[in-house]
Amino acid sequence: MAERSFTNEVQKLRLGEGDEFRGEGILAVTKALLQSGVAYVAGYQGAPISHLMDVLTDANDILQDLGVHFEHSASEATATATLAASVNYPLRGAVTFKSTVGTNVASDALANLASGGVTGGAMLIVGEDYGEGSSIMQERSHAFAMKSQVWLIDPRPNLESIVRAVEMGFELSEASRTPVMLELRIRACHVHGRFATKANKRPSFTLKDAIENPQRDASRIVLPPATYTQEQEKITERWPAAVKFIQQHQINEFFAADAKDFGIVMQGGLYNSVLRSLELLGLADAFGESKVPLYVLNITYPLIDDEFKRFCAGKRGILLVEEGQPDFIEQNVNSMLRKADIQTKVHGKDVLPMVGEYTGGVVLKGVARFLEIYAPELLQDRELPLAARPASSGLAVLDGNPKAFAIKAASDEVQGRPPSFCTGCPERPIFTAMKLIERELGQHHVSCDIGCHLFSILPPFNIGATTMGYGLGWAGASAFNTTETSKRTISMMGDGGFWHNGLTSGVGNAVFNQSDNVLMVVDNGYSAATGGQDVLSSKAISPIRSTNNPIEKAVRGVGVKWTRTVTNTYSLTQMRDVLREALTTKEKGPKVIIAQSECQLNRQRRIKPQIRKKIAGGERVVRERFGIDPDTCTGDHSCIRLSGCPSLTIKPNPDPLRRDPIATVIDSCVGCGLCGEVAHAAVLCPSFYRAEIINNPTAWDRFKLRLRTSVIGWLQNRIERRLEGIAA
Amino acid sequence: MNTSHSITIAILAMGGEGGGVLADWLVDLAEQNGYFAQTTSVPGVAQRTGATVYYLEMFPEAGAPPGRLPIMALSPVPGEVDIVIASELMEAGRALQRGLVTADRTTFIASTHRVYSMTERTAMGDGRVDSDKLLEGGRAAAKQFVSADFAQLAEDTGSLIAPALYGALAATGRLPFTRAQFEDTITRGGVGVKSSLKAFVAGFEVAQQTPAPALVAAPVTPMPAVGARLAALAQRIQQDFPPANHATLAAGITRAADYQDVAYAASYLDRLQPLLASLPADPKLAAELMDDTARHLALWMSYEDTVRVADLKTRRSRFERVGGEVKLSQAQHLGINEYLHPRVEEIADTLPAGLGRWLLATPWACACVEPFTRKGRTVQTSSIRGYLLLYIIAAMRPLRPRSLRFQVEHQRIADWLATITRLAPTQPALALEVARSQRLVKGYGDTHARGWRSYQRVMAKLPQLQTMPQGAQQLHALSQAALADDSGKALEQMLAATV
Repeated sequence: MAERSFTNEVQKLRLGEGDEFRGEGILAVTKALLQSGVAYVAGYQGAPISHLMDVLTDANDILQDLGVHFEHSASEATATATLAASVNYPLRGAVTFKSTVGTNVASDALANLASGGVTGGAMLIVGEDYGEGSSIMQERSHAFAMKSQVWLIDPRPNLESIVRAVEMGFELSEASRTPVMLELRIRACHVHGRFATKANKRPSFTLKDAIENPQRDASRIVLPPATYTQEQEKITERWPAAVKFIQQHQINEFFAADAKDFGIVMQGGLYNSVLRSLELLGLADAFGESKVPLYVLNITYPLIDDEFKRFCAGKRGILLVEEGQPDFIEQNVNSMLRKADIQTKVHGKDVLPMVGEYTGGVVLKGVARFLEIYAPELLQDRELPLAARPASSGLAVLDGNPKAFAIKAASDEVQGRPPSFCTGCPERPIFTAMKLIERELGQHHVSCDIGCHLFSILPPFNIGATTMGYGLGWAGASAFNTTETSKRTISMMGDGGFWHNGLTSGVGNAVFNQSDNVLMVVDNGYSAATGGQDVLSSKAISPIRSTNNPIEKAVRGVGVKWTRTVTNTYSLTQMRDVLREALTTKEKGPKVIIAQSECQLNRQRRIKPQIRKKIAGGERVVRERFGIDPDTCTGDHSCIRLSGCPSLTIKPNPDPLRRDPIATVIDSCVGCGLCGEVAHAAVLCPSFYRAEIINNPTAWDRFKLRLRTSVIGWLQNRIERRLEGIAA
Repeated sequence: MNTSHSITIAILAMGGEGGGVLADWLVDLAEQNGYFAQTTSVPGVAQRTGATVYYLEMFPEAGAPPGRLPIMALSPVPGEVDIVIASELMEAGRALQRGLVTADRTTFIASTHRVYSMTERTAMGDGRVDSDKLLEGGRAAAKQFVSADFAQLAEDTGSLIAPALYGALAATGRLPFTRAQFEDTITRGGVGVKSSLKAFVAGFEVAQQTPAPALVAAPVTPMPAVGARLAALAQRIQQDFPPANHATLAAGITRAADYQDVAYAASYLDRLQPLLASLPADPKLAAELMDDTARHLALWMSYEDTVRVADLKTRRSRFERVGGEVKLSQAQHLGINEYLHPRVEEIADTLPAGLGRWLLATPWACACVEPFTRKGRTVQTSSIRGYLLLYIIAAMRPLRPRSLRFQVEHQRIADWLATITRLAPTQPALALEVARSQRLVKGYGDTHARGWRSYQRVMAKLPQLQTMPQGAQQLHALSQAALADDSGKALEQMLAATV
């Protein structure tokens, strides 16, 4: 069950000819796939295309009605290999994943697919997680397109353009027998907009047709001598075919191309930012009427030499707005113009920053700098927009400017908010246990993986030394395998990473190489970090997937003898004891701990409605939550340093004699029990209490309450008598 | 060329706070009332408690040539934002940091409540940032600044913060839509409509008032009232002590009497009497020294032992407070479970001094008690059995003055007070820092032991610090270092640097 449900939104996928779609970019892409007559779709979740996978899951009925097969692939490599169905058959297919981490995983399959080429349209939809708020290393998908020679589509970020890019992408793929890659930046994936829809299309050639009439063509297989021919073919046939198609269908766009003797070239995805910059500089209106020549690359690979030559003809200089590095396009354009002996000067990374996301302010500044070189007269007679002014002006001047000073002082107070474990997260006690073991046995080398558990590297836990990629937690510690010490290393892995490749790359590898180290598998029932999608070991019963395949069985299956499964990670003592045992046991060989508790985010989403229903139905329901007595808390915050739960926070001290803020539990507490466990195991303080809130108490409850109230009440009266006359 | 342009809105929120709901309402509001709307965001890991920005643009359909769609930006340009909404005060600061709020055009709506950052929460003392600075910054930067505790409004109306902020936005009149049009959006959304509308109204009204919050001058607290049994002591305070210290001393005697008895409260004042005689001439410094010493003495004299904890946990007011905190309704019942983990040390502490010392010094006796203390205990105070257990422990209060812990703490207190009194006439600044060092000793079990160790290590430097002109500042720095981390590394380094 995914974090967000699209059950209502997917009905928009049924819109027909001439209707208007209003919604999110990701949903528009799905609609475009159906309008294009795809026969199959597959993918691996990860922001920003997790929602695309979730939309497809929720739309499974609609897909089935249209005869479209949809798979949750085991990995991005699996997804890309799925496109093999389009090699011999006129089947249109699309796969999707997060880039560049997914593209890295997929690159073996991508290279094979691209070498042999395709018959049916094959499209990779990659969610480019680059820039502000990104969770991965900063690289570009562009390199993969270049290396495997697949065509890279980077449409203008409005729904109409994105939908057209999907439709034209399939045609381009078929016309050039080459897979295409549709690159969508994170903001474009989540953009809300509108477009006019077309009717969905059933594939004219179906999977059934292919299975029943198998075909093969040895020249499409990557094996010598075909491989050499394929490389020739890429250059002599497929590339020119692509160039021809792109030109004929005017996929790249020109605006006011001859208006000035300079111009701006941009990746399609950056068009809106460039246009807004020109609008702010008074050189364009909100509808794209520009006074400056614009050349929009909706296809950023390959570049079309003829179009560039035409655009540059008679121009003194162009500005190339290309996000990220290396500056592949800029290098390519320079080489292209040089060879053609065209003297147009190419600006790009000289007026724009080499690295980082090209957000609104960044692009505005770059465009303004370019215009100051080529047409300063256009910027005269008007004040530059704030973001384009030099840093040393306006509010940046603090002297004698109390307002600027106040703003600076406020900005200086701001702290970062790195991501952390959610309220009641079952992974938190695992790391609390590791902190407690650290106190006992000293520090261990910890190799991390990708997933929510990676947040343990941040405060308050500060655990972990490296992370080498999804499922590679244990692989990242493989070198630490020596008989010269009895000290062991700890590796982390989530259930998502485990099934992605960790079973082979980590567990199998450790068995085969006779490792003596420890692996902790965090089994929370979902691929939680990507939005709670099911995996093989998920406990949920899914009508469209096979679940409930235990990780322990798989681990034992590849030869691990020492395994322990903790089914309640909230039991801190159990977690700590099992860790201690794994780190100190005399038994040799790889040790795998499987720490199981359901992702609380998903659990709450699952059980909250059930509980509400029960309470409304008059059933006895006990809700638990924790609290802290303000008069016994001394404000040391040890509990927070061992937990980090968002519900465990601080508040001003109500005691007139104390100054330090005290710890407090806010109402979002789900009563997971960790606070109490920490208080016990770490011998912290007696301030924690667990409140049981009993809804619809029974007659027995009421009887007990009456009895208690009379006894306890009597004693409390005595206490009050003692305290009488002390406080006012 | 067409000169109309988009209305731009940025919403700064934290993951899971409802910024998305607010953005969706705004899109619906625009689209239902003749506007194009675009919104986008970068969710990613921000969903896991991180900070995030939702960005929206609106454009009137009437302003668009037939068949043309306006081109809207996907990220805010600093200086070009009409409306900024921050769902929390530090996020408001982040909006300033990003340059999104400008005096020529930005209507800035910020909730003044705090969701503390991890750094603020994990500090061993007080790591909170200055809220006043954040508010001052907001006021300085915006064209129109609307600030209120919208989280509180949401809670009061049984709703979420999004509708309260939405109401405030409606009240600013900055968007070309009527209040009814705003409210219709909530109704169309169909989820939690009634409570959302209530929060909307609350937000709307508070934004209309927006009184300029007066800067609170340092309050001159009069002598707070105390109970009848403390009247004589209160009179003594008024006679003997400077007025500036009355409030703290009143709290001190109340605390001591609450902790033990009225005689104990009297002894509290007795202990301060010598300092009174050696206060420095500077009245400001004298007041400060007396106040901090009185405050810390009250805390030290009411150190948290098992008796105190049991006493506090069994009171009626405590049961009522818990009920309020968990929002107990009339129809619900409440159970309270305590997490207690007394160790051999705590047991010895409660025993009469001789017996306690013997227990700690006798390995076989320790070994006998230890198995009962290995695991933490959960005691249900709301049950008769659990309540009686704590009640009986609390009832040992009269025996407290003979306990081991009492003797130990009072010896320490005496030393500390003697030092302060000795330094007060000649080195009042250093005396003040010594008084404040009591702050290092707090908590229970290991935490308390660590605090006491830090205190001792810091105090061991006192003979050197007395000879240095910057002694007080040095002592202050050492205390800060002791509170910098719980491994003691920072203190270690600082001690090494203090020659």
